[in-house]
Amino acid sequence: MTDQPIAYLDHAATTPMWPEAIDVMITELARSGNASSLHASGRAARRVVEESRELIAERLGARPSEVVFCSGGTEANNLAIKGLYWARHAQDPSRRRVVFSAIEHHALLDPVTWLAKHESADVSMTPVDRAGRIDVEALRAAVESDPASVAAITTMWANNEMGTIQPIDRVVQIAREHDIPVHSDAVQAAGYVPLDFGASGLDAMTVTAHKLGGPVGVGALVIRRELDPVALLHGGGQERDIRSGTIGVALIASFAKALDLTIERQAETSARIERLRARLVDGICHLVPNAVINGDPEAGPTHRLPNIAHVTFPGCEGDAMLMLLDAHGVECSTGSACAAGVPQPSHVLLAMGYDEVAARGSLRFSLGHTSTEAEVDRLLEVLPAVHERAQRAAGLRS
Amino acid sequence: MKVVAAMSGGVDSAVAAARAVDAGHDVTGVHLALSRNPRSYRSGARGCCSIEDSNDARRAADALGIPFYVWDMSDEFADTVVDDFVAEYTAGRTPNPCLRCNEKIKFAAVLDRALALGFDAVATGHYARLSDGADGLVEMHRAEDHGKDQSYVLGVLTQEQLRHSLFPLGDTTKDVVRAEAERRGLQVAKKPDSHDICFIADGDNAGWLTEKLGPKPGSIVDESGEVVGEHDGAYAFTIGQRRGLKLGVPAADGKPRFVLDIEPVSGTVTVGSREALNVDVLECIKPLWCAAPPETGEYTVQLRAHGDEHRARVSVIDQSVRVELLDPARGIAPGQACVIYDGTRVIGSATIDRTSRLPL
Repeated sequence: MTDQPIAYLDHAATTPMWPEAIDVMITELARSGNASSLHASGRAARRVVEESRELIAERLGARPSEVVFCSGGTEANNLAIKGLYWARHAQDPSRRRVVFSAIEHHALLDPVTWLAKHESADVSMTPVDRAGRIDVEALRAAVESDPASVAAITTMWANNEMGTIQPIDRVVQIAREHDIPVHSDAVQAAGYVPLDFGASGLDAMTVTAHKLGGPVGVGALVIRRELDPVALLHGGGQERDIRSGTIGVALIASFAKALDLTIERQAETSARIERLRARLVDGICHLVPNAVINGDPEAGPTHRLPNIAHVTFPGCEGDAMLMLLDAHGVECSTGSACAAGVPQPSHVLLAMGYDEVAARGSLRFSLGHTSTEAEVDRLLEVLPAVHERAQRAAGLRS
Repeated sequence: MKVVAAMSGGVDSAVAAARAVDAGHDVTGVHLALSRNPRSYRSGARGCCSIEDSNDARRAADALGIPFYVWDMSDEFADTVVDDFVAEYTAGRTPNPCLRCNEKIKFAAVLDRALALGFDAVATGHYARLSDGADGLVEMHRAEDHGKDQSYVLGVLTQEQLRHSLFPLGDTTKDVVRAEAERRGLQVAKKPDSHDICFIADGDNAGWLTEKLGPKPGSIVDESGEVVGEHDGAYAFTIGQRRGLKLGVPAADGKPRFVLDIEPVSGTVTVGSREALNVDVLECIKPLWCAAPPETGEYTVQLRAHGDEHRARVSVIDQSVRVELLDPARGIAPGQACVIYDGTRVIGSATIDRTSRLPL
């Protein structure tokens, strides 16, 4: 490989850490002291954790006691959906249904599937439209067919492949009417659209540090104090007795710094990124006239995240394009799950009504706080040749 | 050249990729996902379809500093190799799926895809040698290490495929390859060799086929037609097989008996003496030539992977090949490939359709 500049267009996978968040992390890593210890070192570490918790709570419109730190989005989603299911089911065995959407991340889909398989939970999957937005009336009908049987409702705030923002206010309204706890996976939304946990009416919300310039390995389930999910991990009970494990002071301090910076700059960053996305989308459509931009075309906090462009290239295979772009230093994603490195067609696109061929012929480009015009232009520079070759390769299979 | 190195996760393909890098090629490592339901870990030394193998290939690519991807060829593999394997056994023949995979997957689907994507060649860890012939043709020869030679399973490659192939291990022995892997710091240096058929994890072909096809009971008869046993499926037998016949009636002469013939429609398996396995003439179909078809004359042939060489008189008439063995062969089954050599040079291959004995 030559030393060519990298055009990193995969911020939805993970985004570079803010330098300030790295500084905080290094400083805190040098500190010794267990935040659960009673002596001075322990108290000092605990203070850092609690100040971080307060800062994150403030930035997310939550109370500090509502922020439960854990290892990241996957754990927070598991804790929310399994923990709430177990707790609600224990209170009333007739509550054995989970209502979720067809486009959830695997970190939510898989625990729901697990509950169905191993705990005999019933599941109601909310369908989505062609833009990847849930059918609220279908969700309402599913809930109202037997509200007393629903243990929990979950709908992601914004989809990680399309960027389509979900009507969380309406989901919350349905849940409120029937007094059912409602969770939202806000991993992709946090940092790109304003989030206010308190104002949203949600009972629980997942956020993770590494999607907003913090470190991998820390996240939080923001969850109302009244709720008492059954723990996944049993031990010292460090986090409100619903999450155990020695508290990662440096991770949490860095997470708080990153979230603080991201939300402080959110409006400005989102506006800049939206302009970059327009340049990227216009460029692709100009170079490849039959390319299809998926999801909601309209920008804004009730429509689409500013940083994601999901594109179908008819007659191409996404993984071939990914490989050829990678060879030119342009990094993106097929937006699909990988089992054994074998790309599977995206369940999100399939849920949106696309066929498997289209689902395999798609790429996700996602921007972030470090994105530049030069990176977008690098993609556009190499795209025509890459597209032509990928088309040739796909032609062999059809 | 821009080269795709097919990396199975084994030591051979890792060293082949390393040598392609050393030769100055721009190499991209590709692991072929051939199984639709990959197992997490290898069972014993066998198989090459597990997630662990994919990870081993990835780590070798990391060590070489080359990009690495997994190409999903599981549909192609299932359609053209596994289904064919089952169909051949169902028809009473004994196929070699490795040849089929080389013909249809590694040097066809993979090579075509590589060429379309802008690559010039595919490199593999096969033990065979390529050289430029005087007539401008690429010649394929047996590997330097005759014990490891894999030219037999490559006998299906055409001139066009050979032009876009690299076999960097052809001049090396396995010991040297392992030592080289060690020296290069490749984690797979001590990984055991894979054997048998990659998609049959435990090496139990008969059990795998029985599970796939279900029981189809039939009779085992001797050469006089007398029933000497029963079986659960003729596809579990191979011509020349001695073990596992479970015959109720002992042979009159008390000597061991072997499978002589499999009649797929009735499911009748015929057994008889070792002498009755001898074969003199092979009628072969579907020839594939590395270059031009051979002139009628004397060559050597190989009839199974790691099998002996036999001198033979070969004549080609259109799409059929008649092979008269000068050194007799034993237990040869229709479906096996007959690969024809001129010295060490591979001329081509054909599929054995019928076998017979010359009148004494």
